[in-house]
This record gives sequence, C-alpha cells and structure tokens, in this order.
Amino acid sequence: MAQVITDAQGVKRYLINLSVNGDTHTLMVKGNSLLVNVLREDLELTGTKKGCELGDCGSCTVLMDGKPVNSCMVLAVEAEGRAITTIEGVAPNDKLDKLQESFIDHAAIQCGYCTPGMILSGKALLTRNPHPTEEEVREAISGNLCRCTGYVNIVKAILAASEQE
Amino acid sequence: MYLPDFDYYAPDSVAEACSLLAEHGPKAKILAGGTDLLHKMKHGELAPEVVVSLNNLNALKEIRYEQGRGLIIGARATQNDLATSPVIQEKYRSISEAAHHMANNQIRHIGTVGGNIVNAVPSADLPPILMALGALIQLVGPTGKRTMLLEEFFLGVHQTRIQGDEILTEIIIPEQGFTGSTYIRFGLRRSGALAVASTAVSVTMDGEICRGLRIALGAAAPVPMRARAAEAVLLNRKITDELLEEAGVQAAQESRPRNSIRGSEEYRRDLIRVLTRRALKKAITEGHV
Repeated sequence: MAQVITDAQGVKRYLINLSVNGDTHTLMVKGNSLLVNVLREDLELTGTKKGCELGDCGSCTVLMDGKPVNSCMVLAVEAEGRAITTIEGVAPNDKLDKLQESFIDHAAIQCGYCTPGMILSGKALLTRNPHPTEEEVREAISGNLCRCTGYVNIVKAILAASEQE
Repeated sequence: MYLPDFDYYAPDSVAEACSLLAEHGPKAKILAGGTDLLHKMKHGELAPEVVVSLNNLNALKEIRYEQGRGLIIGARATQNDLATSPVIQEKYRSISEAAHHMANNQIRHIGTVGGNIVNAVPSADLPPILMALGALIQLVGPTGKRTMLLEEFFLGVHQTRIQGDEILTEIIIPEQGFTGSTYIRFGLRRSGALAVASTAVSVTMDGEICRGLRIALGAAAPVPMRARAAEAVLLNRKITDELLEEAGVQAAQESRPRNSIRGSEEYRRDLIRVLTRRALKKAITEGHV
C-alpha cells in the first residue's frame, strides 16, 4: 500500500505514483480524492470532463489499462500501478489520432462536452475490435451520453475510423 | 462532487481485512468496485470513517473450474470479467450474458460480482441467475469461513446475513447436471437502466420431461426470490407451451413486486409472467444462453 503521511492536523495523505499518458507523476493525495479531480486539478488535464459525477454520463471516461472507466468513480489512490490514458494522451506529438480526425470529418461534435469520453470509448473499442459492427459501436458508447443527441454522426465517425485500418 | 473524509486501508490479505473490519466495527465499510459505495457516499447516504479496500486482494479476482467443486468465481471479478471469461462462457454462458447486459461498459469494468450480491438491491442482475444455478457463497471472517446457499443470504432490501467483519470471497456453482439456463431482464432502456423485472431459470431436461428446475425472480420482491410454486407446475411433467404459460402465471401470482417510478405492481406482475415463460422456453430449447 502507498506510503501514508499524516500532517499536523491529523489528515492522512497517501504518496502515489500515477502513470498518466505515459508519464509518471508522484503525488500526495487524500484517501477520498477522486481520480477525475486529481487529473483536472493536480495535473491540470482538464480534457477529462465532469458531468453527472455518479457514473451515469461517461463525460469523465478515461482508460485504465486500456479499459474505459468513469474517473469520477475511482479513488486516485486505487489508480496507482494502472496505466491511465486521458484525452490528452490520445494524440501524442500534436498530430490528431485518426479517430479524432474522423470526428471532425463527420461533424460528430456539437457542444463538445461528451467528445473526450466518446473518443476514449471509441478508441478502446477499436483497439480491442478493429472492425466493429454498428451494433457493437452503439454498445461501446452506451455509457457515454450526448445531450445534444448527436449519436448518428458519432457512430458514423467511429465506423469510418475502423474502415481506415 | 467530493467524498467525505475517511481513513483508507488496502490490506494485503483477507485476514488483515477482516481484522480491520472487526477493529473499526460499524464505522468501517468495504470498498470493492465502488460503484455503489462511492455513489452512496456522494449522496451522503453513507459516511464511513474507515474504508477497507479489497484492491490488493488479487486472488479474489480469479475465475476457475475445479473438478469436484464446480465453477468458482472470485467476488472481486468485475461484471466484464464475468462477461468475457472463457471458463464461464464454456460452462454457463447465461452468467456471461447476464453480466454483459448490466449497466454500461465503464461501470462493468469496475463493478464487481461481490458488490452486486452484498448490496442486496432487489433489481440486481446477478443474484437471480446465480440462484437459479444453485450458487453457494463463501464468507470469511476473523474466526473462519462459512458457506451458504446464495438464496438464503438475503433478508431484505440492503439486508443480508453477512456480519460486519466478514467478507464475501467467492461464489461456487457446484456441478448439477443442468441442460440449460438463462436470464432475461426488462429495463426501460437497453443500457444503463435497472431491471423493472427479471427472471432466471435453470432446467434439467430428460427428453421432453423436466427432471429439475429453478426459477429465480429479480425486482419481484424485496429480495431475489425463488418461484417455487411455478417450479412445481413443471417438475417431472412433459413440457408443453400451455404448461410454460401456466408456470408464468404462477410465478406472477407468487411474486410480491412493488409500485415504483419504473413500473407499477400490476405491470411488473405481467412482465414476470411473460419473462418466466420466455426464459423457460429459451433454456429448454437453447441450453445455457
């Protein structure tokens, strides 16, 4: 378990190494720190959005060891030792990923708030299953809500990116 | 939305976890996947001073088949672990299918089978299919372990026989010679919706004669329940469509669903009739699906 440091007020903090987008960050977090807040506030990776914060909407989706999870439902201390990918890690070297390009080409973005989560769910799907059916795409993004209701173009964008393989 | 303060422990053994639970008593809560616990803490429904995480107990994630004991599912296996496990898919595809249709992909990656059981929510998806398959559960406490039938575990909504210092470690499905099993749920959406009603069945067919069966209903009573009167309709009988309908009617009659925003009592009863008939037909004709 992570090293525990208790301050003068008796508040316990845990020393963790968090691997995010290939970089390891050494951080002090409280037991109740949620991964989404540590990403946004400590690491300033604000591409990960906060929506419902209850695991329903998928705005805060990140990949943990390649699997999409809601970062609002994960304690930061429990993310130690896992490889975290946020939207900032999808396009290294300032070149957009082909899935991101596909979202632009298909106008699969309206307000944009669900987009980071959609891209990460789509990315996880295409990594596991490079040629999904429409049904499989819809299933894979069913935990990501788009309140602009732009699902048709989002599904098209993911399918088109899969055909570029 | 932030969580209240708590002391966090991630013990390296079940024994250590049990002694932490014994030491802190009702102030402590177990954290497995967290999809229920953190949700309740965010809403202020629970404010444990101590959280005992099972995060380091990797042995509890194991899914295996043991000759003589049966299928063994570690309580920390996630819903997606159940959905994708080759061992489960080979033995009881019905469990994988039930797990696959829960919640959504993100939640299935963290929510655990143990949590789905111990939370004791009437609409939980995994207890009905596990009960239909005659599952046993193993509880480990500071003084040793005990095994009980899953169907005897539930006492009421959020109430079970688990003691404060016990941990659910595994689910065991002994070999029982079933020829088929399935779980069917009805939710208001296909994803991310709780079951309004659900039915799980297992059957042991000998030609057209049903030599054994279990019917377990979800969201049909305060606890997941066996529909024993409906089972009696079919036991040792030659199965016909009329008889399956009769079993459905019987299951609806013995169920005790509640009125809620997701469905009235009357509506749920009718769902139970239809789901029971369809689940029986599916398990009898298609095997473990």
